[in-house]
Amino acid sequence: MLTYTIRRLLTAIPTLIFISLIIFLLLDMAPGDPTAQLPLTIPPEVREQIRQSLGLGEPVHIRYLLWLKQMMWSEPMYYLSQSTGWFDPPEAARLISWQTRAPVMDTIFERLPQTLKVVGLSYIVGVLIALPIGIISAYKQYSVFDQAGTFVSMIGFSIPPFFSGVLMIILFTVMMPNDSFFWFPSIYDTTLVVDSWENFGKQVRQMVLPVMVLALQTTAQISRFMRASMLDNLNQDYVRTARAKGMTESVVVLKHVLRNSMIPVITVIALGIPSIFGGAIITEQIFKVNGIGQFLIVSIQASDVPSVQTLTFIFAVLIVLFNLIADILYGVLDPRIRYD
Amino acid sequence: MTDTVSTQSDDTRADAPARNQWWDVWDQFKTHKGAMFGAGFFIFVILGVYLGPYLWTIDPTYIDIRARNSGPTMAHPFGTDQLGRDMLARMMAGGQTSISVGLTAMALALLLGTLVGVLAGYFKRIDGLLMRTTDLFLALPLLPLLLVMVMLFRQPLSASFGPETGIFILIVTAIGVTSWMPTARIVRGDVLALKEREFVLAARSIGTRPGKMILRHILPNVMSPIMVSATLGIATAIITESALSFLGLGFPPDFPTWGRLLFDATDFMQQHPERVMWPGLAISLTVLSVNYMGDGLRDALDPRIRGL
Repeated sequence: MLTYTIRRLLTAIPTLIFISLIIFLLLDMAPGDPTAQLPLTIPPEVREQIRQSLGLGEPVHIRYLLWLKQMMWSEPMYYLSQSTGWFDPPEAARLISWQTRAPVMDTIFERLPQTLKVVGLSYIVGVLIALPIGIISAYKQYSVFDQAGTFVSMIGFSIPPFFSGVLMIILFTVMMPNDSFFWFPSIYDTTLVVDSWENFGKQVRQMVLPVMVLALQTTAQISRFMRASMLDNLNQDYVRTARAKGMTESVVVLKHVLRNSMIPVITVIALGIPSIFGGAIITEQIFKVNGIGQFLIVSIQASDVPSVQTLTFIFAVLIVLFNLIADILYGVLDPRIRYD
Repeated sequence: MTDTVSTQSDDTRADAPARNQWWDVWDQFKTHKGAMFGAGFFIFVILGVYLGPYLWTIDPTYIDIRARNSGPTMAHPFGTDQLGRDMLARMMAGGQTSISVGLTAMALALLLGTLVGVLAGYFKRIDGLLMRTTDLFLALPLLPLLLVMVMLFRQPLSASFGPETGIFILIVTAIGVTSWMPTARIVRGDVLALKEREFVLAARSIGTRPGKMILRHILPNVMSPIMVSATLGIATAIITESALSFLGLGFPPDFPTWGRLLFDATDFMQQHPERVMWPGLAISLTVLSVNYMGDGLRDALDPRIRGL
C-alpha cells in the first residue's frame, strides 16, 4: 500500500508539471497588457521599464521556469517561514497580481474561508441528505419514495446552478415578505463578524440559499451512486447469510450492506470535492460571495494573468490531489483490492 | 438460393419482415415513458426554435421602446424586455444558438472521443500514450480553462470570422476539446473487449486491413455507448454554453442565447421575475428531456434488459 501511495505521488508530479505548462502557455498568449490601465502620461521608456519589472522581458521558457519555482518553492517557503519563524523568508519577489498589486496568494488566503464555509458546508449537507435517500431508495426499490427520489435527482442533474440560484432568490428574497421567517438575503455579507448569537443567526441565514443551491447538485449525484451501490450489494449471498443467521433487518442493512456499499460512494465523494469548487464559481457569482471563484472571474475579466494562472493551477492541484486520495481510500477501505 | 430455401422451410418467423437491431432498440425505447416524453419534448423544442421564427415573424432585435417591460399580452405572449424586444422571438433566436452549440459541440466531442477511444483500444502501441493524455485532460480544471480560453481567443476569432461565427466556433471548439474524455474511455474499454471476439479474429484471418476492420466491424458494435454519451453530451454542452454566457463570457450581448437571456434578466429580477423563468425553464426542461432520453436509450441499447 505504501509503495503504491509513493508511486502515485511520484506520477502526480509530472502530471502537475504538464498541467502547469499548459496553463502557463495558454495564458501567455493573453492579449491583455498589464500597463494598459496606467495613465497615458507615462512615457514609453518608463512603461517599458514597468513591463520589465513585472518580468515580461524574458523569453517564454525562462519565465515558465521562474513561475514554476515561485509557485512550487518561494511561495510555500514564504508561508512556512511566516508561520514557524524557523528561517528568514526567501529573497525572491512574491507573485504579484497585476490588478490589485498585492501578492496573489495573500488574496487567495483572504478569500478561501468564504469559499470553504459555503462550499464545504453545502457539500456536507448534500452528502448527509443524499446518503439516507440512496439507502431508502435502494431498500424500497420501485416504491413511491424511490420514484420520487429518482425524479428529484434527475431535476438536480438538469437544473443548472445559475437557474436554481436565481429561482431561489426569486422565491425566498423577491416574492417572500420581508418580515417572514422564510425570507433569506440574496447577497452574502462577508464583513459580518460572528460575535453574538444574533450575528450567528444572520450568518446562518445568509448561507442558506447558496448552500441549498450547491447541496441540490451534490445530493442528486451522490444519492444515485448510493442507490446503485446498495442495489449491487443487497442481492449478494452474504446478505442472505446474514439474514439466515437471524440478524435483524436493521443490522443487515445498516451494518453489513451499508458498510460494503459505502466503499465506492466514499471515493465518489472524494472525487467530487474539486468539481464542487468549479461549481462554486457560478454560485459565488450569483450570491455575490467573494470567494476564490469570484476572484477568478474578476481576474479573468481584468486580464490579470498571474492571478488566473495561480488559481487555475490550484484547481488543478486539487483535482490531482483528490484523485489520489480517492484511489488510496479505495485501497484502504476495501481489503479485496491490492495494488501491489 | 440455398438461403431462401432454408429460411422458408424451417424458420417459422420467415413471414415477418426483416428487422435489424435498431427496430428492437426502438421497441424497447418506446416502453420507457420518461424517454418517450423527453424525446417528444426535445423534438418540440427543436421544431419550435428552428421553425418557430417562420410563424412568429417579429424580429428578435426589433426595438419597440413604447412596449418595453410589458408582461405577457396577446401581442407579446412572453412579454418584452427592457428595450421592448419581443421575448418569444428572442427565446427562439436564443434557442437556435444554444441548441446549435449543444449539437455541434457534442458532435465534435464524440468525434474526438471515438477517434481516441478506437485508436487506443485497437492499436496497442499508442494505447498508453493516448490514455495518459486522456487522464491528463481529466485532471484539468475545465470551467476555469474554458473561461480562460474564451477570454483569450474571443478578440482574434471575432476579428477574423465576424463576432457571431467567431464566438460560435470558439465556444464549440472549447466545449468539444474539454468534454471528449469520458467517451474515449468508454469506447476504448468496449473496443478492447471486442478485439478478443471470434468475429474479429475471423475477419482478420481473411486479411481485413485495420482501417476496414475498424469501420466495418468495430465501429458498428460500439455505437450503443457512443449514442448514450451523445445524449449526455448535448445536455452538458447546453449547460456549459449557458454557464459561459451567464458569466458574461459567452456570446455578445446583442446576440441572444438562453444563458445570455437569463443573465440579462437577473438585473430585472425584482420587477419582472417572469423574464428569468422563460430561459431558465427552457434550459432546464431541454436538459431534463435529453437526460431522460439518454436514460431510455441506455436501457434500450442494453441487450440484457431488452426484450424482457
